[in-house]
Amino acid sequence: MKNKSLVSITDYSRDEYLKILDLAAEFEKNPNQEILKGKLIATLFFEPSTRTRLSFESAVNRLGGRVVGFSDASSSSVTKGETLKDTIKMVTNYVDLIVMRHPLEGAARYASEVASVPVVNAGDGANQHPSQTLLDLYSIRKTQGKLEDLNIFMIGDLKYGRTVHSLLMAMSHFNPTFYFISPDELKMPKEYLMFLEQRGIKYYEYKDFMPIISQADIVYMTRVQKERFSDPIEYEKTKNAYILRNSMLDNTRPNMKILHPLPRVNEIAADVDENPKAYYFTQALNGLYVRQAIISSILGLK
Amino acid sequence: MKDKQLIVSAIKNGTVIDHIPARNLFKVISILSLERIDTQITFGTNLDSKRFGSKAIIKIADKYFLDEEVNKIALVAPQAKLNIIRDYEVIEKRDVEVPDSITGIVKCVNPKCITNNEEVIAKFSVIQSDDIALKCIYCEKITHQDQMTII
Repeated sequence: MKNKSLVSITDYSRDEYLKILDLAAEFEKNPNQEILKGKLIATLFFEPSTRTRLSFESAVNRLGGRVVGFSDASSSSVTKGETLKDTIKMVTNYVDLIVMRHPLEGAARYASEVASVPVVNAGDGANQHPSQTLLDLYSIRKTQGKLEDLNIFMIGDLKYGRTVHSLLMAMSHFNPTFYFISPDELKMPKEYLMFLEQRGIKYYEYKDFMPIISQADIVYMTRVQKERFSDPIEYEKTKNAYILRNSMLDNTRPNMKILHPLPRVNEIAADVDENPKAYYFTQALNGLYVRQAIISSILGLK
Repeated sequence: MKDKQLIVSAIKNGTVIDHIPARNLFKVISILSLERIDTQITFGTNLDSKRFGSKAIIKIADKYFLDEEVNKIALVAPQAKLNIIRDYEVIEKRDVEVPDSITGIVKCVNPKCITNNEEVIAKFSVIQSDDIALKCIYCEKITHQDQMTII
């Protein structure tokens, strides 16, 4: 993985996922080390994402590295009309690695072609956000003790949700059974269902999770956004069907954990937070260790 | 029938591209950059065809194409046949083959793709070659045959 950009979750093999997860487990035991001393990392956020940026910057700082960059395109030369290519060409002169978030899809792949240092994609539009997927895998393995043979429930917006698509691709290496629960308008796209069929992976589609939630090992919640519906009445009718409440968790498996990429709005009721099955805040913390693992393995330091 | 047509505007040496769907004639001309060739070119369109209803044909004198050049037209004329002519004789017939990857030519269907917003040449891997489907190597979205815009 040394010097290899991480743009898409499919850039890494199953073995490479596992290497990152093992490394992240080491960092979890000891997140403060000086292994990035003398290294300079750019965090180029062409659109704001405070959560992701703070996670990456904390990861670098706790390992003794330094960070330069911007948190919003309005504070960079993009506002003067500079192309992405020129910005990357310039930054690549100064730093050892670029972490970037961009509103346009494919921007990170293009940057990785232009840059002479590795690029880590921290989100390109609705396309990819591989460090999120790796921290999801880490959270699943940590809570379940394994990645193989799990029942993975994905609930909410499965059509536009980039996190669920990437997680589906990554989990496909570990013989899961998927349960897709969504309103008709936001079903898992056909291309992903075809992908699963080609790989012989079982999946089921439902509109309501209550009758089956007792089967779940992992419940991955996503936000159902009003603007995704062509018909606002349809949104009003369906929005409450995809809210998880504490009372719904009574008959769930003891090992079951609830994941969410955050930020959440109302799809997980606040009363779930105190339930030991709620894992989303720890999941976000895991992002720190996983990003430490990604950066240090790409820089060849681990 | 075929002999008659060839005699009408027979070329001594060169390439005849037959079985082009009539509506895609000008796309083929543009993909092969025929406007930049200075030898004699004749074409006919809206000719009767049992296969397509109406077809087009292009005859280019003194010009032979490399496979990789000609395979680009597979996107708009997958059934096209090439007749290689030397001294008025057809010495070889070739089919076009859909290539594994496409650079330029097609516009990515995704308006939020970097290739539609900055000066980046679109690149695709061909993931399906019968009913053509192209996967953008940048945004990873799939452009299907019926959505294709030729640049």
